[in-house]
Amino acid sequence: MAFTVRQEGNVTVVEVEGQLIVGNRQELKQRVLDELDGGGKNFAIDFSDTGYIDSSGLGVLVSLSKKIREQGGELRLAALNEDLRTLFELTKLDTLFQISDDLAGALQGF
Amino acid sequence: MGRVPDPVVVELANDISAIEKAVENFVQWCGRACPDRRRLLLNFRVGLTEALSNAMLYGNGDDPEKTVLVELSIDGGDLHVRITDQGRGFDPSSLPDPRTPDNITKPGGRGIFLMRQLMDEVRYNASGNSVTLVMREIVGRGPLRRP
Repeated sequence: MAFTVRQEGNVTVVEVEGQLIVGNRQELKQRVLDELDGGGKNFAIDFSDTGYIDSSGLGVLVSLSKKIREQGGELRLAALNEDLRTLFELTKLDTLFQISDDLAGALQGF
Repeated sequence: MGRVPDPVVVELANDISAIEKAVENFVQWCGRACPDRRRLLLNFRVGLTEALSNAMLYGNGDDPEKTVLVELSIDGGDLHVRITDQGRGFDPSSLPDPRTPDNITKPGGRGIFLMRQLMDEVRYNASGNSVTLVMREIVGRGPLRRP
């Protein structure tokens, strides 16, 4: 599991490779908070290469979204596979996030 | 690849960084018994991850001196996995719905909800320190096997 952070214009893109679960959620949180402290406002998380997410991972996304909004920014999610979408639908978190089919869609309109 | 005793019994160190690898091992053990890949890789994998993280973080209080016992078995075509921690237990009967407007923006409170959504049955012992997850009618092609 690994997180890759890069800039796409005015958007900070984070790729999640592997799982986003209890064992690594704090690492993702810190990486995004560091970018937020550095002036980043717009964030997109790319789940193209993500296997699964647990409730701790979902919780970190909720927490980060709130902090980013408080700073006047936005967190968008991209490229959730069918299983990941199921988790968001079961928890109704699909109503809380803007979720795009791919990263290009998430970057539009930022 | 050899047949392993049924049930499989594993004692895990109380280390959340080891959950991912432990879950993958259990998924591979169940691979032949559960040919429905989606139930295995979504329902079972996430359900078991939730149960282990609850046991380690809340049951055992993130105490590295404690352990978590995992017992995996197939009974009448159903897959059972029991996770037992060394904590004092809790009352799982009165947990709030994480989907309500008041709760959906909270970072926590989805673990047991997800277990109940993804598994066919989730039952706790009386003290609440042991949970059994059941996936029914997995239509197995074979016994639990060590990868």
